[in-house]
Amino acid sequence: MVSKGEVILKNDVTVRDPWAGLRAFTDARIALGRAGVAIPVGETLSFRLSHARARDAVHTKFDAEGVAAKIEGLGLSTILVESAAATRAEYLTRPDLGRKLSRRSETLLEDLHAESSDLALVVGDGLSSRAIHENALSFLEAFLPLCRKAGLKLGPVCVASQSRVALADAVCERIHAKVVAILIGERPGLSSPDSMGIYMTYAAKSGTTDEARNCISNIRSAGFAPSLAAVKLAYLLSESLVRKLSGVNLKDNQPEGYLPFSNLTGYLG
Amino acid sequence: MSYSARIEGTIHTFASLRELMAKATPLRSGDCLAGLAAASGEERVAAQMCLADVPLARFLEEQLIPYEEDEVTRLIVDTHDKDAFAPVSEMTVGMFRDWLLSDAADGAVLKKIAPGITPEMAAAVSKLMRLQDLIYVASKCRVVVGFRDTIGLPGTLAVRIQPNHPTDDARGIAASTLDGLFYGSGDAVIGINPATDNLKNVCVLLDMLDNLRQRYDIPTQSCVLTHVTTTIQAIEKGAPVDLVFQSIAGTEGANKSFGINLAMLREGREAALSLNRGTVGNNVMYFETGQGSALSANAHRGVDQQTCEARAYAVAREFKPLLVNTVVGFIGPEYLYDGKQIARAGLEDHFCGKLMGVPMGVDVCYTNHAEADQDDMDALLTLLCTAGCNYIMGVPGADDIMLNYQSTSYHDALYARRLLGLKPAPEFEAWLEKNGICDSRGRLKPVSPRNPMLHMSRELERAGV
Repeated sequence: MVSKGEVILKNDVTVRDPWAGLRAFTDARIALGRAGVAIPVGETLSFRLSHARARDAVHTKFDAEGVAAKIEGLGLSTILVESAAATRAEYLTRPDLGRKLSRRSETLLEDLHAESSDLALVVGDGLSSRAIHENALSFLEAFLPLCRKAGLKLGPVCVASQSRVALADAVCERIHAKVVAILIGERPGLSSPDSMGIYMTYAAKSGTTDEARNCISNIRSAGFAPSLAAVKLAYLLSESLVRKLSGVNLKDNQPEGYLPFSNLTGYLG
Repeated sequence: MSYSARIEGTIHTFASLRELMAKATPLRSGDCLAGLAAASGEERVAAQMCLADVPLARFLEEQLIPYEEDEVTRLIVDTHDKDAFAPVSEMTVGMFRDWLLSDAADGAVLKKIAPGITPEMAAAVSKLMRLQDLIYVASKCRVVVGFRDTIGLPGTLAVRIQPNHPTDDARGIAASTLDGLFYGSGDAVIGINPATDNLKNVCVLLDMLDNLRQRYDIPTQSCVLTHVTTTIQAIEKGAPVDLVFQSIAGTEGANKSFGINLAMLREGREAALSLNRGTVGNNVMYFETGQGSALSANAHRGVDQQTCEARAYAVAREFKPLLVNTVVGFIGPEYLYDGKQIARAGLEDHFCGKLMGVPMGVDVCYTNHAEADQDDMDALLTLLCTAGCNYIMGVPGADDIMLNYQSTSYHDALYARRLLGLKPAPEFEAWLEKNGICDSRGRLKPVSPRNPMLHMSRELERAGV
């Protein structure tokens, strides 16, 4: 009778790397050892798991209704919209369609005759539904009380399927918001399948280009915490409303110990 | 001038050489996105049949992007070598394909005609070729270059160590670099994509790599892959610059979107040459390219993405580079949808570059929103190495934690070398043996506890405590 440990030792033909201590300095997959010259089976499967998670994040069906219901639970009205990309495959190959509203959504938003607002929020699946399922609500839970306290007027929240960042421009001009911010699933990395980004744009309209946007990225529990991202957006939004701009001319100079919306002074009269 | 082909009573007409080239291109999502692709499979083949009958010389008369409007076209026309072109000047594109595959077109002949081949000619013939044609003809074209070691010799495969780190942490980068050296990688270059592009950071990284190289007397070159203007500033500040990097594309407009033009590349090259740091050669430029970049910059001028890509090699060729690689699967599925499209594009790019006399390597890679996985990368890697690809990337475990995409690993490179009997660059191979990393047959040895590079590993660990 041999113990499991002895069996492993006897049959393990992999070569170990004596520099494994260097792993402390990087998340890169170093000192993996080798089987012949190949990556050992454990690491091969671990890589496959990471890739499977990233792929699943791209292809998981977006639960727009579920997300909308939770947002309504926070006391906001929501509207379900979709881009002109009909399927995920079309979404992936036609970024131009992902930036346009479907005809139905255009009509829906125009028929709202929405009153003007300070901020319109869009919540879109982007390239990772998982990022939105896991992070959008905790962000809004932190952000909405700040907005209410500051007295800002919010438009209805659009929950957008098959969306690219610029879909927010089409929303903004139809619901008459001064600023639009879209919460969107970022392109998933092998170690970050759940990363959410926020893109904020002043006076967005169709044809607005990327240099007019401010971005907060890597929002997830293991990255930039949603509660901190809420404070960051409060800073950027205040600057944007007061200075009437966004993008490359709005630098992130958020001071140490910043109080949310303290830089909104004067805006609301 | 319009072009037409008759297939069983149906006449397919193409308004220009530009349209003919686009419609003859094997299917890929980027040409569909641009609205340039053939409307049906039959129209695509009709275009290929029509293209097969176009004389190569026609490409010297009808420019896809006007000479007056694009400096890349001017470069192609003004530097065309008529004497080199002479042996193939009477051929059609179809005849050229057959001739390239014949025994008459050996390595010496192909090397001689390279300066006579324009990117449009290379792209045109590639559109008629199957993968085996692209592989076989490329395998006959050797483009040998050098700086501190010699890259591109027959029977060799070099590897770039790509030790990227999301915050440019010097110890993290050193850790990934040591890992690569212990795995026999690094003969192409040790090249960092910096997370932060400012001059100070770039200089810190350049110093770090140069110290490492000198400490272990490694016969290779280092590079921080930043904008050419930043590298010129680094040279002015006295930083140890071996290679000048720049992303390039095949139209003036796309290059403008990268913030460059040909004059800036010339200035960068002259600055690097002035340092005179090479030992076995003076190839000082490193370029990266990729199908779809011109469309992405909205500057494709109605030219299909594969032809735009080949035009980037005309830009590269002008500056006698050490390294040129297409980053083939990085751009995403809206340009190359899946493993099949990525594989064909990688082999086309390698073929076109080599035929034009450019020292091509390939970043065999994909993103998580493309329909591709490690199996697709294994297939493309193996095909490229049979085609004689100069170098590939070495990324720890194939996972680039800064750029968030998957490339090839140090292990992948060892697989390809072992499977196909390929060796590192000769100077680097001697260094690997001398430093106890490989045996005299080039096989990896277990690293001895006395290996001097482990000292550095231990120093880093101590500094980290």
